Amino acid sequence: MKNIKVLGSGCANCKTTVRLIDEVAKEYGVDIQLEKVEAIKDIVSYGVLSTPGVVIDGQVVHSGGIPSKNKIKQWFMQS
Amino acid sequence: MKAVSAVKTFSQKQPLLFLFIAGAVWLALYQLLIPLSESLVSALPINRNSHLGDAFQFFFYDTPKVLMLLTCIVFVMGMINSYFTPERTRALLAKRGEGAANVMAACLGIVTPFCSCSAVPLFIGFVQASVPLGVTFSFLISAPMVNEVALTLLFGLFGWKIALLYMCLGLAVAIVAGWIIGRLKMENHLEDWVRDMPQTTAYIGDDALTLADRISSGFSAVRDIVGKVWPYILAGIAIGAGIHGYVPEDFMVSFMGKDAWWSVPLAVVIGVPMYTNAAGVIPIVQALLAKGAALGTVLAFMMSVIGLSLPETIILRKVLKLRLIATFIGVVACGIMLVGYVFNTFL
Repeated sequence: MKNIKVLGSGCANCKTTVRLIDEVAKEYGVDIQLEKVEAIKDIVSYGVLSTPGVVIDGQVVHSGGIPSKNKIKQWFMQS
Repeated sequence: MKAVSAVKTFSQKQPLLFLFIAGAVWLALYQLLIPLSESLVSALPINRNSHLGDAFQFFFYDTPKVLMLLTCIVFVMGMINSYFTPERTRALLAKRGEGAANVMAACLGIVTPFCSCSAVPLFIGFVQASVPLGVTFSFLISAPMVNEVALTLLFGLFGWKIALLYMCLGLAVAIVAGWIIGRLKMENHLEDWVRDMPQTTAYIGDDALTLADRISSGFSAVRDIVGKVWPYILAGIAIGAGIHGYVPEDFMVSFMGKDAWWSVPLAVVIGVPMYTNAAGVIPIVQALLAKGAALGTVLAFMMSVIGLSLPETIILRKVLKLRLIATFIGVVACGIMLVGYVFNTFL
């Protein structure tokens, strides 16, 4: 099961990212553990310079802007 | 919707060809705007030479014109942004001497994507990579203030001179204010936990983007930005249309506002706690100009609304001690006021 963290301090883009990832996961039947990381210190510890950021199984795969559905799909396809 | 995805697929398969065709189509449409707006007005049951006719023509001409300009610029900027990521900008600025770095930082602020909720991670990331404090501030000041939406709207509605002026003055404020803050050596006014963060080297990260990828970024940017601000633009142009139709031409370009000396500081003080996106402030700018406000005062107001935002300041409070925040706001506000005065005096 993939562990997915969305890094963001609560702005609309971050919420949309969480929702999108959830939707794509359900659409493709992928089992995920989705968390939101909102504490600044934790966000910064991943070294991202812009939010929303997405971390999958400990690795930063995206930062800045809302990821497209295609991109999210690619993350799930690359197991 | 099918047409849109067909276009997108084509743009991915033949990026260069797509760009040529898109550019040509855009130019052709742009030439048609005036004749198109005239024919739209003549289809309405009003006298073309009346004030109402003027107002409608203005609206029918300016709305698609501004939206087209915005789409074009946002698309191009989206492509440029995909290159000047915050990571690359940081790498370009790390360990560079002040002065030149301030100029670079301010200019990079224009082309690097920036959202105010990212202000904190970005600030910390810069500090960790040894980007000097003043240089980081130059970036932080210019990024929200000198943005492509503001510039495009100013260009589309008020002409290239005003847009250019706003950009140059905005950069000047960012460079000088950042430099001053740097000279004040206020590093010890960063929150302690920020200074305790480990130093990192500025890496650029994964950079294998193709032209097709960048075009995709352009599309996303248009969807996000134009999709969000078009209501404000419509409102802004509607107000402008009302003014344009009913107020004599010279009035709109009156640089001779009969304002008292306190109008510039007042504009800045009002602008600081206000925050809208760049498009939202344009209707206000139109209304102010129509009421005879001097251009310098109006530019100062616009800069302080979109450049100094209370939400961003509150977010930055997590990393900056109160004194540094106050200094930041103070220096930038003074810079903006200076811009307003100089402008009113010399034009």
